[in-house]
Amino acid sequence: MIDVTNLRKSFGKNEVLKGIDITINKGDVVVVVGPSGSGKSTFLRCLNCMEDPTSGSIVFNGVDIADPKVNINIHRRRIGMVFQHFNLFNNKTVIQNIMLSPVLCAKADRRKAVIKNLFSKQKEPVQSVAEIKKAAEENALKLLARIGLEDKANAYPSTLSGGQKQRVAIVRSLAMNPDVILFDEPTSALDPEMVGEVLEVMKELAESGMTMVVVTHEMGFAKEVGSRVIFMDEGVIKEENNPQDFFSNPQHPRLKEFLSKVLM
Amino acid sequence: MNFEAKINKFLEILIDYKGYVKVIEGLENTLKIAIIGLIIGIIIGTLIATIRVIPKYKLLPRVLNSICTFYVGFFRGTPMVVQLLLFYYVALPLMGINLPSVSVAIAVFGLNSGAYISEIMRSGIQSVDYGQTEGGRSVGLSFATTMMKIVIPQAVKNILPTLGNEFIVLIKETSIVSFIGAADLYVAFNYIGSNSYEFMVPYLAMAIIYIVIVCLITLLIKFMERSLKKSDRRN
Repeated sequence: MIDVTNLRKSFGKNEVLKGIDITINKGDVVVVVGPSGSGKSTFLRCLNCMEDPTSGSIVFNGVDIADPKVNINIHRRRIGMVFQHFNLFNNKTVIQNIMLSPVLCAKADRRKAVIKNLFSKQKEPVQSVAEIKKAAEENALKLLARIGLEDKANAYPSTLSGGQKQRVAIVRSLAMNPDVILFDEPTSALDPEMVGEVLEVMKELAESGMTMVVVTHEMGFAKEVGSRVIFMDEGVIKEENNPQDFFSNPQHPRLKEFLSKVLM
Repeated sequence: MNFEAKINKFLEILIDYKGYVKVIEGLENTLKIAIIGLIIGIIIGTLIATIRVIPKYKLLPRVLNSICTFYVGFFRGTPMVVQLLLFYYVALPLMGINLPSVSVAIAVFGLNSGAYISEIMRSGIQSVDYGQTEGGRSVGLSFATTMMKIVIPQAVKNILPTLGNEFIVLIKETSIVSFIGAADLYVAFNYIGSNSYEFMVPYLAMAIIYIVIVCLITLLIKFMERSLKKSDRRN
């Protein structure tokens, strides 16, 4: 689904990613671990062009989204992203957060369809705006029920706990019905108590067959939920393996050192 | 003449000689110029501020950015009186356009406050965490939509007190439009004064009217701030 070839990213003179090659298939749960400064967050943020890659290609569903001529907004609808600091829209309620993009995108598509209908003989059926909103709202409530936060639908993000915010952020990206969701250290800004509830939601997602790329320091999650684990250091992928062998039989000396430090 | 006599004289001109018609006309023009000017200013200011925060690695944003820099530089670098005179007596006649002085005043006030509001708005936009922009972009919204639906509403909330300040400045600054012959409050009370050969009470009354308007605006802004705060209070 995502084919990354020789991905490089520099910030000024500082080259952070030095040629990454990886293929992410449908249903994969790729967990990326590594020391801080290894470029794992940058790699993840390049996957939906949150950071524009300096060179290399990222082919997503057959289109190279690293090409600046591509309209990235259309492809980002199919790539969800969950941030360390949640980034919920503070001026919107929980349900508005979830509905905003689906409604706006559906409205934009509707406008296109209406204009197309004006010029062609074959009229396509067009949803009304009210129908679009109703569908989005129903979907949002269903998603909120899935994480047990239906009663918070009309609350503002400032009234939620960190764990609740992150769960809402996850369903916000789910509301776009994405092909893949990127997680950028989703539990690093949470109180230890709240890490579990977020990981639980992510685990359910993985079990439902969602393709996920997760940058995390939660080794337990990598071991239990990951289908592939990647070790990044100094801007390259140093080792990739299935979770069992990755943790019990690491090959690269740098990975051995890393694991001995994090798995005490 | 004692003070009481002066007040009587003032009231005589104001009421018996229909001075109030001038006052109402002046008040109307003052409010018209300040309010429409502010609205134009907010629109221009928001546009400029948005252009200024666009990432600048493409040519078009860079060109737009330098146009905006020139615009802001011009309108902040010259006094508003000079701008009024330039527009009314130089620019418009050169273009062969004939506009009533109140319309010119509205345009100049809008353009001028646009320059100031763009800087206010820019600081507002930059006060909103960049994560909000990233959140919006990550769900597939364009830069413009993210700005409009997410960042600018939060920015406006942050800058509301400063924006109110700008509105108050505009209201008071309208007292210069008589330079191009627009009838504002100053013209009205000056008229009353010169008809009674008595300026003390008319100018005092004028000051009171300005103070009342400004107090009302202050109240309005407080009210707006309170109603916009609902998203950051824990309820």
